[in-house]
Amino acid sequence: MAAVTMRLPQVRGPLGASASRGAEKHLVAPGDTITTDTGYMRGHGTYVEDDKLIASVAGVVERVNKLVCVRALKARYNGEVGDIVVGRITEVQQKRWKVETNSRLDSVLLLSSINLPGGELRRRSAEDELAMRDYLQEGDLISAEVQSIFSDGAVSLHTRSLKYGKLAQGVLVQVSPSLVKRQKTHFHDLPCGASVILGNNGFIWIYPTPEQKEEEAGGFTTNLEPVPLSDREVISRLRNCIMALVTHKMMLFDTSILYCYEASLPHQIKDILKPEVMEEIILEARQRLLDLEG
Amino acid sequence: MASVVLSEAEKLYIVHGVQEDLRVDGRGCEDYRCAEVETDVVSNTSGSARVKLVDTDVLVGIKAEMGTPKLEKPDEGYLEFFVDCSSNATPELEGRGGEELGTDIANTLYRVFSCENSVDLKSLCINPREHCWVLYVDVLLLECGGNIFDAISIAVKAALFNTRIPKVHVLEDEEGTKEIELSDDPYDCIRLNVEEVPCIVTLSKIGYRHVVDATLQEEACSLASLLISVTSKGALTSMKKVGKGSLDPESIFEMMETGQRVGKSLHTALQKILDEEESLGTSRPKVGFLG
Repeated sequence: MAAVTMRLPQVRGPLGASASRGAEKHLVAPGDTITTDTGYMRGHGTYVEDDKLIASVAGVVERVNKLVCVRALKARYNGEVGDIVVGRITEVQQKRWKVETNSRLDSVLLLSSINLPGGELRRRSAEDELAMRDYLQEGDLISAEVQSIFSDGAVSLHTRSLKYGKLAQGVLVQVSPSLVKRQKTHFHDLPCGASVILGNNGFIWIYPTPEQKEEEAGGFTTNLEPVPLSDREVISRLRNCIMALVTHKMMLFDTSILYCYEASLPHQIKDILKPEVMEEIILEARQRLLDLEG
Repeated sequence: MASVVLSEAEKLYIVHGVQEDLRVDGRGCEDYRCAEVETDVVSNTSGSARVKLVDTDVLVGIKAEMGTPKLEKPDEGYLEFFVDCSSNATPELEGRGGEELGTDIANTLYRVFSCENSVDLKSLCINPREHCWVLYVDVLLLECGGNIFDAISIAVKAALFNTRIPKVHVLEDEEGTKEIELSDDPYDCIRLNVEEVPCIVTLSKIGYRHVVDATLQEEACSLASLLISVTSKGALTSMKKVGKGSLDPESIFEMMETGQRVGKSLHTALQKILDEEESLGTSRPKVGFLG
């Protein structure tokens, strides 16, 4: 039976009473004066005009001694060495792949930075170069770690560990990079029955938990068997919960996603995206997170 | 049209999901995403509407102007469609890229409304062979998130419901020259009957089944789609196949049946929301684009 719901738009106000955080954050919009004191050094996101320090992006003002900078709320991903990212291959070039990671420039994955199938360790030859497309094609998704940053800001990735590599069946959710919390590990096997990779670049990959660890594969064989319906329901519910958290600008980490998932269980999966149900779920998740902290 | 690149494994996941009637966001094959409809958003038009289907955003404005009737239909007014695909919608539509898509959508709209009794064109006539009302329907595509045809047709119907055409009186002198006088009361206007206005339902074939209201990812997995325009009573007014894949005649019949069923529920839901908005009258809080 077809279900079509339509509604009149409503003004979305701040949800509930926001918990009191330590110091009040100084929020600015482009063109706002940050300070008229000339003793400060200007950092990213600011410029000087008529002896006034003015913000050029919308965000939070950060002050470190004499340096004032504005950290934008919605910005492209800035790579840092050691970050886990999920990216999509856009080009296959001579000895490297170009990977899209929601940053200002496409990231680079060198042929020498991947694990060869079979786990052999040898120098990459001309045959390897010709067979690049057999490993990774345009459109493939990979999980990788940032190895270094080029001088122009482009990020160089590597997949030299068995936990990184090509991603198989699952769902990708794209969010703003500032919403992903930095943690010790970004690969989570959630108790509800699915696994999630929280890429620092804002790409979140939800996939069914693999039954056994495949040691010899090296991350390049894809499991093409159909995913069972119970796993699909968990994955769809997680995806909607993440969308709900993103709409209410909450930080994404394994606990927040799990609490949101548990709060959404009484509702149907497709109802989670309705504004009133979303608010209810987020309020409950937020309450549990506050109880956890305090 | 905007498109996303997907890996083979992701496409396989989506296709298997559709087979089991559980799409990526938990919907069934015949469920629409939650739609937000608002009318009277643009003040200097005769009627306007904005429809938001999660990440597809469409704005329609209708202006009623006086013109001469067409030679083959001297006692009827007519509709003119113009579609503008904003560069904001997706980077592919930057510059001249949106023109092809715009003309494609406009031609589809002309075809959908070519049916004789979709809009009562005789009520738009003022003086046969001399003056009539021409309704210029302008569609602005603000954001492209899949399923733009459906969103545009819903917005056009809502805007036609909202259109208020001023009442005019024709005064005739002794010499026979006719003068057209606008009524003094600004609220004295004629409304259009939108009961027979059709809405487009897009059915995308994915694997062995078809889905309604496909997202961008689902459109990337579908090789062929059927655009059906259905009236509120379930009558089909036009049909168009898009996409480079082929469709089996059996599946076309199945898709037509689904389209009629879904079209009827779409019309009921839309009429309900339009009546609700109308009943709120001036006390309705206007959200517009700043909500």
